[in-house]
Amino acid sequence: MLLIRRFEEACGRLYMQGKIRGFLHLYIGEEAIAVGAISALRPDDYVIGHYRDHGHAIAKGMDPKIAMAELCGKSTGSSGGKGGSMHLFDVERHFMGGHAIVGGQMPIAAGLALSSKYKKEDLVTLCFFGDGAVNQGEFHETLNLASVWKLPILFLLENNLYGMGTHVDRTHAGGRHIYEVASAYDIPGVQIDGMDVLGVNECVSEAVKSIRKGEGPRFIEAMCYRYRGHSMADPTMYRERDEAQELGIKDPIDSLKNFMIQFDVAGEEELAKIAAKVDEQVNEAVQFAEDSPAPDMDAMYTNVYA
Amino acid sequence: MTEMILREAVTKALREALEDDRVFIMGEDIGAYGGAYAVTRGFLDEFGPERIMDTPISESVIVGAGVGSALAGLRPIVELMTINFSLVAIDQIVNHAAKLRYMSDGQFSVPLVIRTVTGGGGQLAATHSQSFENWYASVPGLKVAVPATPYDALGLFRAAMKDDNPILFAEHSLLYGMRGEVPDEWYEIPFGQADIKRKGNDVTIVAYSRMTHVALQAAAMLEEKGRQAEVIDLRTLRPWDKETVLESVRKTNRVVVVEETWKTGGFSGEIASTIQEEAFDDLDGPVARVGGLDVPAPYNGTLEAAAIPNSERIIKALSDNYGI
Repeated sequence: MLLIRRFEEACGRLYMQGKIRGFLHLYIGEEAIAVGAISALRPDDYVIGHYRDHGHAIAKGMDPKIAMAELCGKSTGSSGGKGGSMHLFDVERHFMGGHAIVGGQMPIAAGLALSSKYKKEDLVTLCFFGDGAVNQGEFHETLNLASVWKLPILFLLENNLYGMGTHVDRTHAGGRHIYEVASAYDIPGVQIDGMDVLGVNECVSEAVKSIRKGEGPRFIEAMCYRYRGHSMADPTMYRERDEAQELGIKDPIDSLKNFMIQFDVAGEEELAKIAAKVDEQVNEAVQFAEDSPAPDMDAMYTNVYA
Repeated sequence: MTEMILREAVTKALREALEDDRVFIMGEDIGAYGGAYAVTRGFLDEFGPERIMDTPISESVIVGAGVGSALAGLRPIVELMTINFSLVAIDQIVNHAAKLRYMSDGQFSVPLVIRTVTGGGGQLAATHSQSFENWYASVPGLKVAVPATPYDALGLFRAAMKDDNPILFAEHSLLYGMRGEVPDEWYEIPFGQADIKRKGNDVTIVAYSRMTHVALQAAAMLEEKGRQAEVIDLRTLRPWDKETVLESVRKTNRVVVVEETWKTGGFSGEIASTIQEEAFDDLDGPVARVGGLDVPAPYNGTLEAAAIPNSERIIKALSDNYGI
C-alpha cells in the first residue's frame, strides 16, 4: 500500500512538472482495495480494471520502473510509451489493463472468465470498476451473462461515492448500497469497508474460494474514498475540502500501521525501514523513467497489427 | 470442384475452423435456432453447447467477451446478427478489439473474427438494411472482409482464422443463395488482394459485396454497346488492393466505383481520392461514384430498390463522366 501511495504521490509531482501528460487518475486513499483484493488471488488469476489503474498494476506485481516509464511516455514503458497512464498492461502477470472507457473493461472481463471456464482452468477473473460504471449498459450485460453462464468472475466495485464529479446519490438509485443490484442477476453481493485492507482481503478470499469451486460470480462493493480529485485536471469543486474529515475517513495505511503496532506485528523501526525501502524503490522508478529515451518515430506504426 | 451456395461455403469454413480446439462460436440464436441465416444449422448438436454458445441479446458483451477470450489465447468467432446491431457494440469493436494490441505495444493480440450480415434490399426498412463496413474500414487495427462469392467467402474466412488480428467478416444478406464453384483442394485468399471478376480494356468498375454482381450486370449491358468493362471485386476493404485498381485505371482510363452504402462518406470516396492522387494523368475524366441514395432505407419495395445502386445508374455515371 505504501509503495502505491508513494508512487502515486510521485506521479502527481511529475505531472505538475509536465513529465506525465494527458489524464492522470491517482489511486490515493483506495490502496487497501487493490492490495487487499489482489493479494487474495493466485498469481495466474486475471485482473482487469479501469483507468485508475496504477494501484492494481503494482499490486499485481508490475515493476514500478516500467510503469513510471510508461506514464512518462518512454520507450522502456510497459507499452513502449504508446499506452499511457490509463493503459498499463502486464501480460505475463495476467494484468489485463488499464481501460479508459467507463465500463468497457467489463465485457472483456467476462471473456477472460469465459476463457478459463472453456479451457477448464480454475482461474478467477477479478474485475474492478467504479460507481460510475454501474450505470453503463455494459455493466448490466456483463453481470447478466456472467450469472447465466456461471462465469468464474469476481465483480469488485470501488465505490468512492463520485463518478468523476457527480455524487452517487445523484446518479444511482440506491447509490449507498449498489451491491444490491447484483441480486437482480442472482449474484450474491456484499458491501464492505474498502479502507480496511485486512477486511478486503478476507472478503475477497472467501468470494474467490466459492468462485473457484464453480459456484458462479460474486459481487463485492468496497466503500472507499479518493483523497485527490478525479484526475489531476479536477479542481474538485463538487465537494467540500474537509469532506474526508467530516465523513470520518480513515487512511488505510495509517490504519494498518496502527493495527500492526498495537498488535505487535511490527514495530516503528521495522515500519520505518519499509518506508525507506519504498522511497528508494519509487526514486529508482522516477530516475529510470527520466533517464529512459522517448520512442523512435518508427514506433508509430509498430503493433497496429499482429 | 464442387458447386455450392455462399451459405454453404461459410458453413464449411466454420466447420473447418472448429477443428482447432481454441475456436468456439458465440452469438444470438446461433445454436438452438440454427442461426438467423441458417449458417450454423446443426452445429449445436454436432459440436455441443460448450463450443456453440447462444447468448442473450447483448451485442456489447458478445464482442467484449470475444475480445477477452482472445486476449486469453482462444480464437473465438462471434456473430453479430446484422451489422445494424454492431452499433450497439461499436465501442468494443473500435475502442477495444482494434486498439488493445497497439495500446499494449504488442503484449496482447486479439485474434477475434466478428461475423456479421450486411446490406439491404429485403424490405427490412431503415434500421435493418444498412452496410457499415466502410466505417470499420477506417479503423487502424481492424481488418474488413466483404466476400461476394462462395469461393471468396471460403478463401477469405480461412485467411481470417489464421490472422491474429480482429476481423469484421461481412456476409451480404442477399448473397447467401449465390452459387459458385469451390475447389476441393485447399486454398486461401489473402486480405488486400482484389479479384478481377471480368477483364476488359474500356472501363474499370470497382465494387465489393453485392455490388460486384450489379457491376457484372452493368458490364454485360456495356458489352452489348461494344464496350468491355473490367470489373474489380475488392473482396476486402481493409486492407484494400490499391495496386490492382490503379493498374486497371492506367489501362482503361475510365473508372466508376460502386458501393451499396450511402454515397456520402462511403468508401468509394477513399478509392476515388486515391485514384485521382496516384493516377491523375491516366484519367480521361473525373472518377465516377455510384452509391446508395442519401436516405434512410425505405420499406416500400420500389423506393427501396431505387435507393440501391443498379446497373442503369452505373451506365449513366460512365456516360456522364466519360461520354461513353
